[in-house]
Amino acid sequence: MSGTEKDAALLEIRGLEVVFDGFRALGGVDLTVERGELRFLIGPNGAGKTTLIDVVTGLTRPAAGSVRFAGTDVAGMREHRIVRLGIGRTFQTSVVFEELSVVENLDLAAGFRRPLPTLLRQRRGVSDTVAAALDTIGLGALADRPAGVLSHGQRQWLEIGMLVAQRPRLLLLDEPVAGMSRDERDRTGELLTEIARDHTVVVVEHDMEFLRRYASQVTVLHEGRVLVEGDVAAVQADPRVQEVYLGRTKKEAA
Amino acid sequence: MSARLRGYALFAGVAALALVVAPLVLPAFRLDELAKYLCFAIAALGIGLAWGQGGMLTLGQGVFFGLGGYAMAMYLKLHDADGDLPDFMVWSGVEKLPALWKPFESPVVAVVAVVAVPVAVATLLGVLVFRQRVRGAYFAILTQALAAAFGILIVGQQALTGGTNGLTNFYDFFGQDPEADSTQRTMYYVTAVVLGVLYLAARQLVKSRFGRLLVAVRDGEDRVRFLGYNPATVKTVTFAVSAGMAGIAGALFVPVVGIISPSLLDVVPSLELVVAVAVGGRYTLAGAILGAVAMNYAKTSFSEQWAGGWLYLEGALFIVVMTLAPKGAIGLYEQARDALARRRAPAAPAVPVGKEAAA
Ligand SMILES: Nc1ncnc2c1ncn2[C@@H]1O[C@H](COP(=O)(O)OP(=O)(O)OP(=O)(O)O)[C@@H](O)[C@H]1O
Ligand SMILES: [Mg+2]
Repeated sequence: MSGTEKDAALLEIRGLEVVFDGFRALGGVDLTVERGELRFLIGPNGAGKTTLIDVVTGLTRPAAGSVRFAGTDVAGMREHRIVRLGIGRTFQTSVVFEELSVVENLDLAAGFRRPLPTLLRQRRGVSDTVAAALDTIGLGALADRPAGVLSHGQRQWLEIGMLVAQRPRLLLLDEPVAGMSRDERDRTGELLTEIARDHTVVVVEHDMEFLRRYASQVTVLHEGRVLVEGDVAAVQADPRVQEVYLGRTKKEAA
Repeated sequence: MSARLRGYALFAGVAALALVVAPLVLPAFRLDELAKYLCFAIAALGIGLAWGQGGMLTLGQGVFFGLGGYAMAMYLKLHDADGDLPDFMVWSGVEKLPALWKPFESPVVAVVAVVAVPVAVATLLGVLVFRQRVRGAYFAILTQALAAAFGILIVGQQALTGGTNGLTNFYDFFGQDPEADSTQRTMYYVTAVVLGVLYLAARQLVKSRFGRLLVAVRDGEDRVRFLGYNPATVKTVTFAVSAGMAGIAGALFVPVVGIISPSLLDVVPSLELVVAVAVGGRYTLAGAILGAVAMNYAKTSFSEQWAGGWLYLEGALFIVVMTLAPKGAIGLYEQARDALARRRAPAAPAVPVGKEAAA
């Protein structure tokens, strides 16, 4: 098929179609993400960005097409198995475990490969992985507080930290800066840049300014299809993109 | 850590109360009643784990209580019969010991079955339903239906199970007369110690990584899946543990009270256990135990005054608790304590109430 793990791209999506009760949310998407890339995925509301991530992570089953991760077909696999292959994601609305402390959230994420019996032991101290993740997201001062007290921005960072603590080979972030203040956006941008240095990352994002500042490679999705793909400048200059997408965000931003 | 020390001190205090003070001050029949409450408390502890920590509202714990109880009672009946058929079988015209009963001639098999059978049934059920992502109200209704079906099954199989009357009239409990005060006293100690040990074990479980994972499953099962864990496994294991506890509770109940019957394990007693846990406070293990002891004590006292009224009072209390104080008595206590602490130290920076999961 499409070769061994070595020469295959990290993520290869071919002819992906998703249908919800007769409605075509994705109508034949091709997308290739190489190792080490930081790829932005944009598109107007309802373009199918979240649906695309849902398929890759096993939440939604495709009607047709293939999703190959490092040479393995993951379409139709169960969610936790896909995570174990090395794909991690965040959600548009962040979900952290409010009753657990920040460290416990990270520890839970980091420990997903532990065999069940070893989970019966109590956590003693903080593992290196967790400490590193805590450091990356800058929540050290809140380490032992319940995640329920975190602000919206801090929750998103905690989620990203939980992903990083899992050492995934591919990170899929769904609108990580939605609803954030300006400062929080900047901080998230730096965080992204830092993480992208040693991870392959796909970011879904609406915010054009954020895109201009932090994106290099961009894929534009529109009505369930890939409209344009290229670097930020080229994509922004493309008249089709301006028509379907930029016009709207100008309105939104105003 | 002072909070930790306080926890140990409290546990030691309660243990002393249960093991030293209660046997000294309570008349024999009250101590016997307390032993019964402690049996229910063991089952409630399991519900505290499954429901309070794991979010699985199990309305059928009576099934596991019953399985444990019948395993113990079957052995006792066979032991009393001493090679013959148990009395109720003779009355029902049974001529040969049913194959289901055969293994229970051995006390070892019976004691193992007390835990193993409920665990096996719960595991099977868990694998079937949690994998299919049956949860919430659907799971609750399913377990309740199971309790109803189990009750009907036992009533219907008169010759095999003793029917409505259940299994009773035991004459020899491991060499002791089960009715004797000394046996009853010993059984009280055994029950109290078993409860204490299981409480400590459950508490350890709650504090472990598994316990944290369980809370995470309760609060965000789908999210847990995307952390690479299979929530079905976590829930099945916890449900099985809670079933094992209910089985132990049922097995202790038999020598303590002297009977196991369908009316002790079908829908109503299963619901009563859950109500007790809710009233005590489902989010802490101590709350579950407290609720079981307090509610069963209240039931006894109340029924002595006004038989038949208890069920209404219990139902009303459940509704009040679920709507006004979902964290139960322990939750109210914590609220009051925090309010008091805030009043005493108004200058201290406001600390949001930490939701302590472990009790
Ligand atoms: N479970 C579902 N059932 C039916 N339709 C769905 C479902 N999920 C998504 N859709 C539809 O599929 C289309 C694509 O949705 P999707 O959430 O992928 O868009 P998106 O690009 O992420 O949009 P947004 O920017 O608003 O997050 C939308 O029209 C949406 O209404
Ligand atoms: Mg979306």
